[in-house]
Amino acid sequence: MPIESVNDFVVRFANVNGSGSASANELFARSVLRMGVPVSPRNIFPSNIQGLPTWYEVRVTEADHLGARGGVDLMVAMNPQTWDKDVASIEPGGYLFYDSTKPMPPSRFRADITVIGMPLTEICNREYSDPRQRQLFKNIIYVGALSALLNMDVNEIEKLIGEQFKSKEKLIAPNIHALHLGRDFALQNLKCPIGLQVRRADKVGDRIFIEGNSASALGAVYGGATVCAWYPITPSSSLAEAFSRHCARLRVDPETKENRFAIVQAEDEIAAVGMVIGAGWNGARAFTATSGPGISLMQEFLGLAYFAEIPSVIIDVQRGGPSTGMPTRTQQSDLLLCAYASHGDTKHVMLFPEDPAEAFDFTALSFDLAERLQTPIFVMLDLDIGMNHRLSRPLAWDDARRYDRGKVMTAAELEAGKDFGRYLDVDNDGIPFRTYPGTHPTRGSFFTRGTSRDRYARYTEEGGPYVDNMQRLLKKFETAKGLVPRPVRRNADKPGRFGIIYYGSTSPAMDEAHDMLIAQGIALDLLRVRGFPFHHDVAEFAGAHDAVFVVEQNRDAQLRTLLVNELNLDPAKILPVLQFDGTPITARFIARAIGDHLDSRKVVPLHKVVS
Amino acid sequence: MTYIVKPRFHHPALPKNALGYTHRDYEGSVSTLCAGCGHDSISAAIIQACFELNIEPHRVAKLSGIGCSSKTPTYFLGQSHGFNSVHGRMPSVMTGANLANRELIYLGVSGDGDTASIGLGQFAHLIRRGVNMTYIVENNGVYGLTKGQFSATADRGSKSKRGAINADSSIDLVAMALQLGATFVGRSFSGDKKQLVPLIMAAIEHKGAAFLDVISPCVAFNNHPGSTKSFDHVREHNEAVNRLDFISGRSPIAVDYEPGAVEIVEQHDGSKIALRKLDGDYDVHDRRGATNFLLERAAAGEIVTGLLYVEPDGEELHDNLKTVKKPLNTLGERELCPGSGALDKFNASLR
Ligand SMILES: Cc1ncc(C[n+]2csc(CCOP(=O)(O)OP(=O)(O)O)c2C)c(N)n1
Ligand code: SF4
Ligand SMILES: [Mg+2]
Repeated sequence: MPIESVNDFVVRFANVNGSGSASANELFARSVLRMGVPVSPRNIFPSNIQGLPTWYEVRVTEADHLGARGGVDLMVAMNPQTWDKDVASIEPGGYLFYDSTKPMPPSRFRADITVIGMPLTEICNREYSDPRQRQLFKNIIYVGALSALLNMDVNEIEKLIGEQFKSKEKLIAPNIHALHLGRDFALQNLKCPIGLQVRRADKVGDRIFIEGNSASALGAVYGGATVCAWYPITPSSSLAEAFSRHCARLRVDPETKENRFAIVQAEDEIAAVGMVIGAGWNGARAFTATSGPGISLMQEFLGLAYFAEIPSVIIDVQRGGPSTGMPTRTQQSDLLLCAYASHGDTKHVMLFPEDPAEAFDFTALSFDLAERLQTPIFVMLDLDIGMNHRLSRPLAWDDARRYDRGKVMTAAELEAGKDFGRYLDVDNDGIPFRTYPGTHPTRGSFFTRGTSRDRYARYTEEGGPYVDNMQRLLKKFETAKGLVPRPVRRNADKPGRFGIIYYGSTSPAMDEAHDMLIAQGIALDLLRVRGFPFHHDVAEFAGAHDAVFVVEQNRDAQLRTLLVNELNLDPAKILPVLQFDGTPITARFIARAIGDHLDSRKVVPLHKVVS
Repeated sequence: MTYIVKPRFHHPALPKNALGYTHRDYEGSVSTLCAGCGHDSISAAIIQACFELNIEPHRVAKLSGIGCSSKTPTYFLGQSHGFNSVHGRMPSVMTGANLANRELIYLGVSGDGDTASIGLGQFAHLIRRGVNMTYIVENNGVYGLTKGQFSATADRGSKSKRGAINADSSIDLVAMALQLGATFVGRSFSGDKKQLVPLIMAAIEHKGAAFLDVISPCVAFNNHPGSTKSFDHVREHNEAVNRLDFISGRSPIAVDYEPGAVEIVEQHDGSKIALRKLDGDYDVHDRRGATNFLLERAAAGEIVTGLLYVEPDGEELHDNLKTVKKPLNTLGERELCPGSGALDKFNASLR
């Protein structure tokens, strides 16, 4: 039976990298959005520019399930190289759309799917003589065909094309022509619509469609970052590039045309973080964006920033490790690397945004935290959030908000005779005062070093002052618990014995899995962790349950390790739920893993008790 | 060993500079280096240069890496902020600091290990970016702090204190700085205060990346026969291309060298360097010529010292980045935060 579904299916486009398909596929996704139906698209791309396979997956989801679902209902198979795998991945009853210009033997198809052939190449060759045009318009032609097959509102697509080429008006008419070429062919020659349909709804609201990296970069602009130093690495490069674009738009002095920012493409990540530390030491808000291999290189400097107490922001857009690992796939596998970065006893603050809106909020916040706590702050993004467009609540900024520049002693305070000890814990929160270089002619200067020193920043190798300082750093970390974003808790209707802890990009899949579990009669309490060190609420949550599942996207259960280690929890009660194959975690996986586990514990679901 | 504060005793008769500061005001805490270490002489020259330039000490930011040489910023300019960063990576910290506040005077002090071995990459990029600062390498050809291993500037064939012969080619940081586009390049010797002080003064006043390689014998590990960085060796093989005098833009010019042998180089801020040429053919504005000359003299076993190259109106990193004149670290919400209106517009463009 062919799948019948309105506003709830997955379309996957299989393309060749560099064939210009990306913008056509995005046009398709946006058109669904314009019909008021939420979508969640994902790029699956190789670490290569041209010639290798790429996939673009669009989950059409009126129910607002923005996590990856798994499985494909409609495959748009445009890459002969991956044909067999693509055909095999279609759900039973699903649909295959392909270019039928060259005949294919029946053995290459499946009997349990609906096959829709359209001679795309032939149509293009007939219509266009320029090979580049043939390639580019082929993509728009299949979007036109899909609009007919899925019963979409073609006006919305036309409007989007108009907006896209607002500044290159000459391109509008040919694109619309190609769109209709495909649509008309489909309407005349194919059975339209198929069982999958997009029907106008009202479920998008005022949400925006944005990549996490762009949102995070804008958060850095709003958060007052003036220095950005970076070294290109997937999936973080587009963050620094977005910062450049946002700054060019928002940070150029209107009169002098001079820049209120400095962006340096460093020679490597060691230099990038060194520049951030130099700028932070000198009172500017500075950040770097990188991924796991970059953090590995930064280790020595991160220890310096921790020990010498220099505000710095490191945005880690995580990818599959270890080593070069899976450079274009997503993971949450840098938690331990960042939490305890560098040699000696260190602990670092981390923030875990769940989507672009939080990527914006937390990045802006990270600069306040870095200066308040005078330490590195890690913003833990990942490829899934960073490099995919995600439907997200609009970005918001309170104009009354002021930057928290932390404890900085001014020239006036020094002049008035206020005691300045760079590492003196004056407020019993572990946070000392600092001064910017050049503040006062005779007071407040000090020597910054990674070597041990006393409370007045004087070099010492004595054990006492060293221990005193290390203990103060712990106290400061304690203070951080109250400053990082609090966890978000959602309780089941009735108090239960089990809870789930999750974080970051797992959010949408977790939400959906939660619904699936409830439908099975399993109701669990949820806690989304948003910061490290863990807020007191986290320990409280763990203590209130017999067992807690920790859902994450790495092999070694890294957040679980931190929970057990930092909160002294009984490991037997903290149960890992792990997906780490590089694809974004799915609700199906989470629900099955937790369901199976509860079965094995012979937990009788609620509905079974009732019936 | 911990920290020794110098007694703050001001003799009323101590000479004062135009700002009313005495020499003492430019000193730091007492050096803990070996007695006779060349690095201490360089610290003294830095103190002298800053005193004579009438620099307000707190307007200097002094940065270093790790090594005996990198410890020296503690021993001069006690009223300046200092930053002893990590081994070989001071250049990046320097770059970031400079980006944050373009108004301070930046002074980087490093060793030959710190710069030519572990830090060669960062050094190269610092210079090629044209960061406005003075970078001094206190070059002893060894790792002093880790007890005498060869560094990358040790000459091929030179002998370590333990008798080992260095078989590797040496890196000439002056040649590198020239090739990488430094706009001020000089070399001197820690034992030659007369040459060194004006060179440091001119380097500090120079706008752009100023590099000084200062040969600085390590009395503990590199001052024996067979070492090419020993006091004796350097004295015997020193080939100075010029003697210079430095005249700050702020002080009246009084040069009394014989005309013909003297060239006045005016820097961007009006300060002037008076060069008394020892070799009539040497042209301080010829980057290629300087490189050739260095190679030629090195082949003859000579160490060329003096001001080797200067481009008085060089560009620096802030020019290239077109940053605002106001230091970035003084900008606040008003200048940095575009506000909710701009954000609403941005949101609207994403629907
Ligand atoms: C990452 C790292 N590796 C090694 C060291 C050990 N170390 C300290 S100083 C130094 C060499 C310093 O040589 P140089 O820069 O020439 O300074 P000098 O002591 O000769 O003045 C080394 C290898 C270190 N501090 N950090
Ligand atoms: S070991 Fe050498 S470089 Fe270090 S302080 Fe002693 S003399 Fe100077
Ligand atoms: Mg050395």
